[in-house]
Amino acid sequence: MKILVFAEQRENKFKKPAFEAVKTARSIADQLNAEVIALVVGGDVQSIAPSLGGYGAQKVLIAEDRRLAHYASRAYARLVADAAQAHHATIVLIPATAMGKDLAPRVAVKLDAGLASDCTALNVEGSEIVATRPIYAGKALTKLKVNSAAKVFTLRPNVFAAGESNGAAAPVEKISADLTEQDLSCVATEIKQSSARLDVSEADIIVTGGRGLKGPENFAMIEQLAEALGAAVGASRAVVDAGWRPHDEQVGQTGKTVSPSLYVAVAVSGAIQHLAGMSSSKYIVAINKDKDAPIFQVANYGIVGDAFEIIPALTAEVRRK
Amino acid sequence: MKLAVCINHVPDTATKINIAADGKAIDRTGVTYIIGPYDEFALEECLRLKEKNGGDVTAISLGGDTHKETLRKALAMGADKAVLLKDDSARDSFAVARALADYLKEISPDVVFFGKQSVDYDDGAVGVMVAEMLGLPSVSVCVKLEIANGKATAEREIEGGREVVETTLPAVFTAQKGLNEPRYPSLKGIMGAKSKPIEERPASIVAGKTELIKMEKPPAKPGGKIVGTDAGAVPELVRLLHEEAKVI
Repeated sequence: MKILVFAEQRENKFKKPAFEAVKTARSIADQLNAEVIALVVGGDVQSIAPSLGGYGAQKVLIAEDRRLAHYASRAYARLVADAAQAHHATIVLIPATAMGKDLAPRVAVKLDAGLASDCTALNVEGSEIVATRPIYAGKALTKLKVNSAAKVFTLRPNVFAAGESNGAAAPVEKISADLTEQDLSCVATEIKQSSARLDVSEADIIVTGGRGLKGPENFAMIEQLAEALGAAVGASRAVVDAGWRPHDEQVGQTGKTVSPSLYVAVAVSGAIQHLAGMSSSKYIVAINKDKDAPIFQVANYGIVGDAFEIIPALTAEVRRK
Repeated sequence: MKLAVCINHVPDTATKINIAADGKAIDRTGVTYIIGPYDEFALEECLRLKEKNGGDVTAISLGGDTHKETLRKALAMGADKAVLLKDDSARDSFAVARALADYLKEISPDVVFFGKQSVDYDDGAVGVMVAEMLGLPSVSVCVKLEIANGKATAEREIEGGREVVETTLPAVFTAQKGLNEPRYPSLKGIMGAKSKPIEERPASIVAGKTELIKMEKPPAKPGGKIVGTDAGAVPELVRLLHEEAKVI
């Protein structure tokens, strides 16, 4: 049995979720006595490919072409599906990143495979994989099996542990990209970086501001605390709908679902759709004037008080440490 | 320009979710249903494309009779035609996509829009699956779209920025919040929608490829600790984060 992992890279650097997926594949492979093969697609990836061996890949396939330097959904999907078929891999793991979430449904259709997306756990039970995935933005969980011969799973970033590399280098095998006109009918041409330093979907710490901050100008203190913590700035839906903050900062059911190590909710009441998107964070701190605010129900630590007084003090204390 | 938008009828995001006794579905008692929030952006974008380029908008929903309510809303907002692909069974994304693709193949639109994900199952897979089944290009999670001379330039949200994507048409797109600001249906639109027909036809029957074992509530969080009521609690909070939680 073989497991194929799509190891996402951008600008010839692996994204952390690529290591998480390889490591997860390794753990499943050890239980099912299977082999882990990784696939890297990009413009110039030969030099980074062997490092996946340190996370448990036994072989790394690379498909290189300068026209693949940016994401090209049809080409990438064909290369993943072709690699799975050529190597008889029946399990395909893909990180549930912006790229992976776009890629996986195409790969699944090409392989006539069922897809379990944005999984938060994959457990081997007998000879089967049981996937856990949140639904309703985390208000409920499902456990499911994929019944087709080929199975595709996408893994929620920041949930599966990548651990440290053991330093091993995997053998690399080049596969021919042979790009067709159809492969290149839909391609990314450039990336516009957002002005934010760090995106909530990738951050290990998030500081979110809510409507209790009274106005957009008061987000300066949220930004300062975020900077002191090395955190991303998040926003509640009310704040985004009011136009105070951009929608790509929104956390919750119609924004991003996040699971950082630390989530600091400032003047956020904790509407059900917000809680759904952040309550799987490992540690939650709530700062709110209203002791009955629902956010305190999910918080590990809370201060019931005035954010305007507490946040500057917190920023100063974090900087002092 | 022939435009199609696939819309879903989903529990309001403000709804509390409880699990039904069989542990395989949600308890629908007292749940309010709405048009999928992302599907609303998708519909709005189709209406704007029609206003700019001419053509017509077909709104399609797969599901039971209750989905007519959402199709009626689409008509009120300005869709020209509504189609209900009738099916009361629970389907996985693959089976939903196949039924939608079968219908879309018949009407062969220039642009097919979806919301980036349904806010119930959160799979975010159906739109791209349909594109692959129809052999079309797709851009998912769009926050900007321009169409000119048979080509589209879209911006899709990625980690820390946006990816600019160029694609040929026909194509499939999925809408993210920020793409536009959906209109409110006008009174005239609402009245007009009441008399517009909703075409009903059976959805094609396809077996799914995944099997739900069970649905459950996430484990409850143990009660937290109130550290204090003013800035005086800050040093203790920082100490806890540092020494107990070890997250900073």
